[in-house]
Amino acid sequence: MAKVESTFKNMTLTLLIITLIASAGLGLVYQSTKGPIEVAQLAKVNNAIKVVLPDFDNQPYTEAYTVKADGGDLIFYPATKNGQKVGVAVKTFSNNGFGGKIELMVGFLPDGTINKIAVVSHKETPGLGDKIEPSKSDFSVQFEGKNPATFKLKVTKDGGNVNAITASTISSRAYCDAVSRAYNAFMKGENNE
Amino acid sequence: MNRIANLTRGIFRENPTFVLVLGMCPTLATTSSAINGMGMGLATMFVLLCSNAVISLIAGFIPDKVRIPSYIVVIATFVTIVDLLMQAYTQSLYEKLGIFIPLIVVNCIVLGRAEAFANKNGVLDSALDGLGMGIGFTLALTILGSIRELLGNFTIFGLRVLPKDPSWSRAAFFHEPMLVFVLAPGAFIVLAYLIAIFNKIRKQ
Amino acid sequence: MEYILIVIAAIFVNNVVLSKFLGICPFLGVSSKINTSIGMAGAVTFVMVIATMVTFLLQRYILDPLGAGFMQTIVFILVIASLVQMVEIILKKISPALYQALGIFLPLITTNCAVLGIAILVIKNNYNLLEGVVYAAASAIGFGFALVIMAGIREQLELANIPKGMKGVPIALLTAGILALAFMGFAGIVK
Repeated sequence: MAKVESTFKNMTLTLLIITLIASAGLGLVYQSTKGPIEVAQLAKVNNAIKVVLPDFDNQPYTEAYTVKADGGDLIFYPATKNGQKVGVAVKTFSNNGFGGKIELMVGFLPDGTINKIAVVSHKETPGLGDKIEPSKSDFSVQFEGKNPATFKLKVTKDGGNVNAITASTISSRAYCDAVSRAYNAFMKGENNE
Repeated sequence: MNRIANLTRGIFRENPTFVLVLGMCPTLATTSSAINGMGMGLATMFVLLCSNAVISLIAGFIPDKVRIPSYIVVIATFVTIVDLLMQAYTQSLYEKLGIFIPLIVVNCIVLGRAEAFANKNGVLDSALDGLGMGIGFTLALTILGSIRELLGNFTIFGLRVLPKDPSWSRAAFFHEPMLVFVLAPGAFIVLAYLIAIFNKIRKQ
Repeated sequence: MEYILIVIAAIFVNNVVLSKFLGICPFLGVSSKINTSIGMAGAVTFVMVIATMVTFLLQRYILDPLGAGFMQTIVFILVIASLVQMVEIILKKISPALYQALGIFLPLITTNCAVLGIAILVIKNNYNLLEGVVYAAASAIGFGFALVIMAGIREQLELANIPKGMKGVPIALLTAGILALAFMGFAGIVK
């Protein structure tokens, strides 16, 4: 293969051509994957909502609305079946986690009862705080079917009804903090209607 | 058949992880489970195959002084393609691998093979070399990921290996997985022993 | 106050090498001597901070407005490669001795996943320019810190009686693992 001389003109030209072809090719791939990427992201959110709420037949993602709370925004995903409200999934957070921000998806029934809670993201310590994940321990199960009006969302150490994870009081407290935040915003919304 | 040698070289004799000790960052970071390691390996293999092939095609047209930046652009293009494809079709794996997908572009294996092999050989040979290295890398990562997942989580590819709380033993060994193996230190430690063992086998 | 937390977190809690697994190749390759480690750390710090600044500005003012986010990988790595070239030229003029000592490792900063990794993380974590620079500088310091500690240990290991099969890479990895274990103790000092 004949070697191309390394003159300034040749070098710049080669690099330019390669980058142009690369950018064009990438642009094409980007356009064709844009749709599937959005579909995948939508499916992810929908699955998270499906986990925490009973059966619904609408598209909560399209009817989502943001509610301002102290320290950040909560996202409400209302779910209906045959036009009847079956519940609301609230994406909530707490900044008091041991390792930082914890994000939860709390599924509320129309009367404020907690249906189920899923963990969206967290930075808690593996083996300790990460037990807030349903797959790692049954910690989150104690919230199911409870109504915060009667079930105090604080760990027993703080006078509440929640059994904290052994040796992970901070993570447990932060979890309660996130759920309370969601419940308070939910009740405020209910009272305004 | 010399052609086949191109393929098998990267699997054993010049395995990029155990012998050449290249591409350590993703090796350590993405092997907390078998499936993550395998996914990372396959994504890298795709890039290796494509970039080796393309670079061997155009190597003759590139002035010597800009060859590294030129190779990098080609590699970066295929890395971005893998990134977009994974985002669209394998969302959960994409999220688990995080920044290590774009970081394939600085995986020393890819640039290393381009510089050491692809720019001196034909397209088919280079493609086979890339494929072989990719397979070797995937095997290494899958093995590492499996061991770490087994020891640190009692599962492999997500399937539970030991039943929860077995009644036939009170020893903590069978009740609590050794968490350290799915964490940072565990990666270093398991890889250290794997390389030592692999070298022992090779020297026989 | 925020900035001090970012710095402490980047150096100790989420050390770029021992916790985030970025920059392992130079970490294993250069850390056998303390002197070269310090030189390498300095070069990496310089490249990392400037690269983060340039890539941040490019992302904010060119890639995002044009909707060309998918060009991030190509653009970022080209910026880094050019920066490393510049550092090489400057270093050759200012300190030929250091240039010689670093040898092949200087151009290898281009493939140092820490530099590209931190640049991408700054964008992912939505830092502003100042936070990004602080984060990059702190991460580079964390890298240097881990590198120098490692070099100190390895210089001592040279004198120890290591089984033949573990010599070289395996014992280095094992040492890194124990270091990583030690650094895990820092978790939780930053809320």
